[in-house]
Formats: sequence, C-alpha cells, structure tokens
Amino acid sequence: MNTQSSAGPALVVDRLTKRFGERTAFSEVSFAVDYGEVFGFLGPNGAGKTTTVRTLGTLIAPSSGTASVAGLPLNAANGVAIRGRIAVMPESPGLYLRLSVAENLTYFAGLYDLADRRERIARALKAVGLEHRADDLCRSLSKGLKQRVGLARALLSDPQVLFLDEPTSGLDPVAAREVHELIDGLRRRGVTIFLTTHRLAEAERLCDRVGIMNTTLRTIGRPDELRDRLFAKSIEVRTREPLADPDRVLAGLPGCEGWRRNEDGAYVLSVTDPDAAAPAAARAVLAAGADLLALTPTRHSLEDVYLQMIDTDVEAEQR
Amino acid sequence: MISTLSTTRIRAVVGKEIRDYRRNRFIATTMAIMPILFMIAPIVTIFSLPADVASQKLDAAIGVSVLYLTLIPALVPAVVASYTIVGEREQGTLEPVLTTPLTREELLLGKALAAFLPTLVISYAMYGIFLACAGLFAHPNVSDDIFQAGRILAQVLFTPLLAAWSIWAGIAISTRASDVRVAQQLSTLVSLPPLAVTALMGFGVITPSLRLALILGLALLAIDVAAGRFVAKLFDRERLLTGVKA
Repeated sequence: MNTQSSAGPALVVDRLTKRFGERTAFSEVSFAVDYGEVFGFLGPNGAGKTTTVRTLGTLIAPSSGTASVAGLPLNAANGVAIRGRIAVMPESPGLYLRLSVAENLTYFAGLYDLADRRERIARALKAVGLEHRADDLCRSLSKGLKQRVGLARALLSDPQVLFLDEPTSGLDPVAAREVHELIDGLRRRGVTIFLTTHRLAEAERLCDRVGIMNTTLRTIGRPDELRDRLFAKSIEVRTREPLADPDRVLAGLPGCEGWRRNEDGAYVLSVTDPDAAAPAAARAVLAAGADLLALTPTRHSLEDVYLQMIDTDVEAEQR
Repeated sequence: MISTLSTTRIRAVVGKEIRDYRRNRFIATTMAIMPILFMIAPIVTIFSLPADVASQKLDAAIGVSVLYLTLIPALVPAVVASYTIVGEREQGTLEPVLTTPLTREELLLGKALAAFLPTLVISYAMYGIFLACAGLFAHPNVSDDIFQAGRILAQVLFTPLLAAWSIWAGIAISTRASDVRVAQQLSTLVSLPPLAVTALMGFGVITPSLRLALILGLALLAIDVAAGRFVAKLFDRERLLTGVKA
C-alpha cells in the first residue's frame, strides 16, 4: 500500500462546486472520507457524480470550494502529485485493444514511473485472477474480464485512494458479482475506495457510508443510519380477517406511535422500540380473538432511502 | 517545465505508441506503402533521363524527384499524428491516461517522438535507396546533379524539420477534432505548405547554398518549436473530456 502522506481523512471536500457556463454540474458539495473506508457515491444520471470524481482526480478544475485528496490540497500545482497517489477506474475500462493485458499494464506502470514493474504487474493480475491471461490481447476479452484488467491497472500503483466509477456498469450478474468480490477483497486489505454506482444493492453491500447526490449532496451516512433517519421503525401485523376494532387493539400498545393499514390489508405499526412493541402487538391481536398470520419488522432498503431522496427532488422541481 | 519532464514516462508513451502503430493495420499500411509510392516516380525519372539531357530539364526533373521524396517526411507522420489524441478519445483510453501522473508535455512529447522516429528512419532509408540507385544505375551527369552537396544537405536538414512541422500540426488538429478521418484529412493538408521551401530549392528557383539552407532550417526549427508550445497550450484536459472549455 502506498504510504499515507499525512494523518487525517483521505478525502476532504468543502463546498466544492463545478459549473460549465450556465450549467451547474454539482454545487456546494462537502464530505470527508477516512482512510480504509469504502464510500458509496449514489445519484441519478446527470447528478454530477462522474464530474465530482474527475474533479477530485484533477482532470477538471473546480469552479469554487476546496478539497484535499490523499493529504494534498486540490490545485493545479499538485495535479501530478495527487495523480501519483490515487487511481481512477472510469466507467469504461479504456484498454488498448490491440495490446495484450500485460502490455497495457506495462504501459501504465511506466506512466506511474514504478520501479518494480514486473512484480507489481504480477501482483495486480493475481489480485484480479488474471495471472494466466497476461498475454491475451485485450480485444479478445469479455466485458467482465476487461473490467478486471481495468481494476488491475488501477491497483498497479498501490493507490491511497481508489476511485471506481460505475465498475459494474453493463456487466451481467455473474461478472458483477466477481467485481463485487474483488472490491470486497480490496476493502479487507484496507484500500480507501470511492465507489460511484447506480446499483443500490451493490452500495448497500460494499459501502461503509454512502452519499446521495443530485447536483447537491442530499444526504450522507451509513446505510442503516440513513434508513433510521428517513423512515420510522415499523412492524407489520398480518391477520386472517380484518380486526373488528383495530384502533382499540393497536393504539396504546407500548412503544407504538400509531398504525395504518397498507394496500395488502396488513397493519403497519410505527414503533419506537420494535423489540418491546412486537410481543405486545402479538398478545393484543390474539386477545382480540384474531388469527395472527405473521408479525414482521419492516426493513427499508437503501433503495427506499434513495428513492425517497430523489422523489423529493422530483416533486420539488415540479412545484 | 523541462526540468520536470520524466524520461521514463515519455519512453513509456513512445514504446506504447510504436507497439500500437505496428498492430494498427491502417497506420502500418500507410507507413509502409506511402513511402514506396513516393519512391517510384523519382527512380523512374532518373532512369528515364538520357545522358545528354539539357541542364535546365535535368534540374527540373531532379527537382520533381526531390519533391516527391520530401513528401515522405511531410505526409507519413501527418497521418500518424492526426490519430494521436482523437484516436485515444474514440477508443476511450484518453481518460485513464490522463488520470496518471503523466503531464501534458510528457504525453505530447512522447506522442510526437513516436511519430518522429519511424518517420526519420523511413525517410532517410528511402533517400538512401534513391541515392544508391542514382549512384549505381543513373547516367553520370544525372547522378552528379543528384549528388550536389546543396541538394543532399537540404534533404538531410529539412527531413526532420518537415516531419516535426507535420507532427505538431497533426497533433494540434487531433486535439481539436472529434473524428479521426476529419483529423487525417486536415493534417495532410496542413503538412504541405512548408514543402514550398524545398520545392523552390529543388526546382532551382532558390539556389541552394549552405548559408541559405541553414537560414531556412533555423526558420523551420523556430516554427517547429513555436508549434510545439502552441500544441501544449491547445491541450486542455477539461475540454478533451467534457467537450467544454475550462
């Protein structure tokens, strides 16, 4: 692993903004990512995710705001030094198709001015399980394998921060799972990963924290934290027949703040403490003479959080 | 700026480019066929000239032959250089390269050298073959005209300078073009004007002399250096990636 140059977070972004003329790509974005963290950057198309990655990768100059990347202030003078400490894998792996896997990696090892190129290339190929495909021309590889070569290329320099922009975009489920396993492996090795993705299940599975972006950073936190922040905890009570007087049965249960009936006919109880409310709800339903079919805590996914945030933006735009 | 250039990175670019050219059928064919085509006319000319050809006619014929040979360093790298940046954009390889510590000067210098070195080898080899054919098989008065020191000096001096101009013009067009074919056509056109100097010498309009050759050579060198700097300024990462000027 590339030696961390300074203490403190791997990425610090403070009110960063990028405008292209009249169009704002992203605005007033602030967050920090610690070393060793896997940070998910989510958002719809055109939300400014790729532009943010390009800005932090010194490919694009910000319009305003400040940032530090791998311990260095983000500015033109530090461009070469920052790019030496990070690696970016763009959405399309961008391989030279007429060159072999090893030739592609040798080229990039040269661009990073790496001393022990052979060892590093062998290590990177092993990390992505391509040690036996080194001499294959890149044009002969499947999309999933090309993505793996792109990942091997990003690992060559042992970056302090690894930016992965939609690493599973366009991959079939098996190839996507392979990439997930590779990212999981990197996470276990302590690599700081900034993961841009559309796949919410992927983010939920791989990321310590996520930020949801829609030109501005809408929210940031651990997936479970975001769920708790946005959605009240609830339990779902399913009975064979509707309760005769549900208000008498369900209102006033310990830890229960209210109830509603969903479209499936189940009773959804908003609770502060599911562990206390669930047994009380079961007893109350049975005491009312109803047949209890199921009693389950409702789980909200990161997708629910994401849709809630983005739907709010869509509604705000329509008003 | 020069002190921060990494020779390792420049070498990496040169090595990759040459390897990629060798496997790019279009570029490899262009580099192989074009010089041979431009060799045919001069060799046919010197063999077809009779021993008693009038000196004015001889000068004109040799002038045309030399002009054909100077087309090699002008046109061969133009095709290659025009592909350098727009080709990478079309393949989607530009962004990964720009995310490395490679500076724009290193990238451009590497790309320019990768076009320059094979052009120089091909151009001098073709000229060498032409001289050998003239020395071995042409009539003595024809070969004496071809072996004039001024002619040889002009060819030796202007070959790298013409190539450098074509390369910088090609790369400049490649950084602005959005299509490889358009870039190649424009680069071919832009590479031709400096040929006027060698054409004037070849046709005897300007009498070749060491002094004149050096002056014109220095002027072309100055233009090449300015063109290199201009290309570096044209190379804008942000515009190349987003299509919008920074």
